Amino acid sequence: MTTHAISPVEYRKKLSANRLGLWLFIVSDAFIFGGLLVSRFYLLGTSERPEVNQVVGLVVTSVLLLSSFFMNRAETAIAHNDRKTFLFSTLITLVLGTIFLIGVVGVEWPISHFDGGAASSLFFTMTGFHAFHVLTGVIFLLVVYRNGRNGHYSAEQHWAVEACAVYWHFVDVVWIFFYPALYLIGLPAL
Amino acid sequence: MSKMNASTKAPSGPTALSLVRGLAFLVIGFLAGAQLVSMIRLAMGLPLYLPWNPKANQYLFTEPAWVLGVVFGTVAFMIGTRVFDDWFRWAKGEATPEHPEAYQPKGFARFLTISYDHKVIGIQYGLVSLLLFLLAGSFALTFRTELAAPGLQFMKEGSNIIGMDGLQFYNTIMSLHGIIMIAAMLAGVAAMSNYLVPLMIGANDMAFPRLNAFSFWVNIPAAIWLVLSMFLGGFDTGWTGYPPLSAKAPLGMQMYFSAMYFVGMSSIFGSLNIIVTIVKLRAKGMSYFKMPIFVWTAFATSIISLTATQLIGLSFQLVMFERLFGMSFFNPVNGGDPILFQHLFWFYSHPAVYVFILTGLGVISELLPVFVRKPLFGYRWVALSSFGIAIVGFLVWAHHMFTSGMAAYLRVPFMYSTLLVAVPTGVKFFSWVATIWEGKMTFQTPMLFVLGAISIFLLGGLSGPPNGVVATDLHVQDTYWIVGHFHATMFGGFVFPFFAAIYYWFPKLTGRMYNERLGKLHFFLMLPAFYLQSLGQMQVGLLGMRRRIADYDAALGIDTSQLLITIAGYAIGIAVLIAVYNFYISAKRGAIAEANPWRSRSPEFMLPSPIPAHNYEQPFEVVGEPYDYGLAGSVYASFKPVKPVDTGELPAGAQPAAAD
Repeated sequence: MTTHAISPVEYRKKLSANRLGLWLFIVSDAFIFGGLLVSRFYLLGTSERPEVNQVVGLVVTSVLLLSSFFMNRAETAIAHNDRKTFLFSTLITLVLGTIFLIGVVGVEWPISHFDGGAASSLFFTMTGFHAFHVLTGVIFLLVVYRNGRNGHYSAEQHWAVEACAVYWHFVDVVWIFFYPALYLIGLPAL
Repeated sequence: MSKMNASTKAPSGPTALSLVRGLAFLVIGFLAGAQLVSMIRLAMGLPLYLPWNPKANQYLFTEPAWVLGVVFGTVAFMIGTRVFDDWFRWAKGEATPEHPEAYQPKGFARFLTISYDHKVIGIQYGLVSLLLFLLAGSFALTFRTELAAPGLQFMKEGSNIIGMDGLQFYNTIMSLHGIIMIAAMLAGVAAMSNYLVPLMIGANDMAFPRLNAFSFWVNIPAAIWLVLSMFLGGFDTGWTGYPPLSAKAPLGMQMYFSAMYFVGMSSIFGSLNIIVTIVKLRAKGMSYFKMPIFVWTAFATSIISLTATQLIGLSFQLVMFERLFGMSFFNPVNGGDPILFQHLFWFYSHPAVYVFILTGLGVISELLPVFVRKPLFGYRWVALSSFGIAIVGFLVWAHHMFTSGMAAYLRVPFMYSTLLVAVPTGVKFFSWVATIWEGKMTFQTPMLFVLGAISIFLLGGLSGPPNGVVATDLHVQDTYWIVGHFHATMFGGFVFPFFAAIYYWFPKLTGRMYNERLGKLHFFLMLPAFYLQSLGQMQVGLLGMRRRIADYDAALGIDTSQLLITIAGYAIGIAVLIAVYNFYISAKRGAIAEANPWRSRSPEFMLPSPIPAHNYEQPFEVVGEPYDYGLAGSVYASFKPVKPVDTGELPAGAQPAAAD
């Protein structure tokens, strides 16, 4: 931010455009998750649900929800120029996001055996799509954390942190819909 | 290499030959991706490569290897063109200059190089669009030749055309004709909205210039994969790619799915950019109801592309997963349902046609007042009708599925919603007729194309209700009637307006005038030829000609019509070639254009031709209505000097001149 610094007026104009852009991206992305949910309900009960582990499901869900709290804390902290809390909370979010990824891809996937049926296919596709978004969020967090440690971002100019937080909350909200659709309904008895 | 060349002029800006670098990277990326899967196969004790045997659907690499190769190749292409460079720098915490445009190569090389200038990107889109049109058109002529007479001429079973069975070749180019035309139209829509929207609203560029460049360049690898599908067994599903056939089609199917995935990505990010540009970068005084109509239509189409495109991407991806991982979403044996695919597919693919036609109708409404020298009739209604069409367009998709076996109770609601589209479309028609009424018309080429578009779109519109009404649709479903209807809507709604737009803005694009004689020749050849083709298609359809098949029974008594359709098709092809020739020689040696040859009120015509790099040196203020043609003393955009804006406060809606 040294050689091509822009005036606060320019920054505010850009910021408002960036915000709208991000929200439009989220609206767009929501449609793909919506489509997956629709597919899930459309094919509900036509084949046996995979043997998911409820404990793992509950743990990863709690971890992800908790991570959103720390993400919010990080953003609020940088908005108040509290650099230490910002960095610490970002790191916690990063760790929790990684735990979520390991929980879903590393623990849940091997347990819930893929049998080629529609419900099983959707389980892996939906968790896979979501895990991919979490992964991109984790990479985003890494970028923010690294730049934060290098002294970037201030109370006035921290768009990247804000964007990362909004995106992270979005991924979290998606899981709030996916968790019941994948873990809590559609028992084989249907 | 290219770094060295460019370093004389551009130490840090984008370098020349983006296209060449990108293509080199694409090959390397593809091989890396394909090889990665092959190595995994080797580790699993499977043979590293397959023989090249199209009959057994074996093409050296396995299918997963091809798909990962396509993904890696596309990413590598984007890295090679340096589209990502600034984003990588931002991720590293560095800042980059807002407009590195000063280091652009001169001449045509500009269009082969990454640029963040919306005008260059618009022309790049336009060139790609025309290229794809020519390609898809040549496919159409190829299979029209086969259809000119009953019986199989040269696409016979057992004949070998580019490694495919003759009938498979027919199916493949018939499918590719459809999908490449759609890619061409998406590129054409992006060309027009990219070039025109910032100019019309008084912005100096799009809101996100880098994202804009990304949206364009990702189309290039997509087009390559799409064409490559021809050499990998092709695909025989038609452009719709319905499973279960698409789950079993040759490898070409995967190339089609992956290619359209990237085209969709381009649509999504392009439309996101357009919406933000329209909402945030309008000139001072330009309230929503003072925007040019074209901007309204670009807004409405962008809302469709932004959201619905995700679902076609999803539907294609699910079929890809079926093929790659043995999943099943659409296979009833394992609890899937093929109807689900059709729902997901048409949720995008129906609104997609409104993406094409809304843009075209926007051009019609934009140009008509200029050539009749009268205000546009019912501006507000026309503006809102675009949103009406877009919103209703989201609710009609299942009218493609009346015969598919979906739940029967869904038919009637979708019939009503479909017929509802006629209301906002009718608003546009009444506005055009009332605008023409008692106008002082002049008939230059753009106006001819506008009038031609209106008449053909009327044909397309009137042939629509029989398809929308369940009772009649059951009879015309999958016949050539549908083909005739669809081509009429696309020619009237997109192709003719697109040509009108190219002729109309040609002076702004190139700084030169097109050749009026060739332009008129183009029009007077294409219009009757198109009518012949479209009406002929409708006729043979009603007489029992099925769509998508290579042969028909001579006893149907339609061979004369079929021959006429083929001849008309060739006439359209010749007309398009004349247009391309016209664009080429006029861009090179046409008469130097004046700034405002049409006496337009639109702000882009207040700029010199061609338009300078950073559009508006001085921002304008909107002080009147956009289409008050013929009203003495009325002004739309005022270029009076305004106070410098950098006072530390945000002026409402104003756009300061370029910062450099």
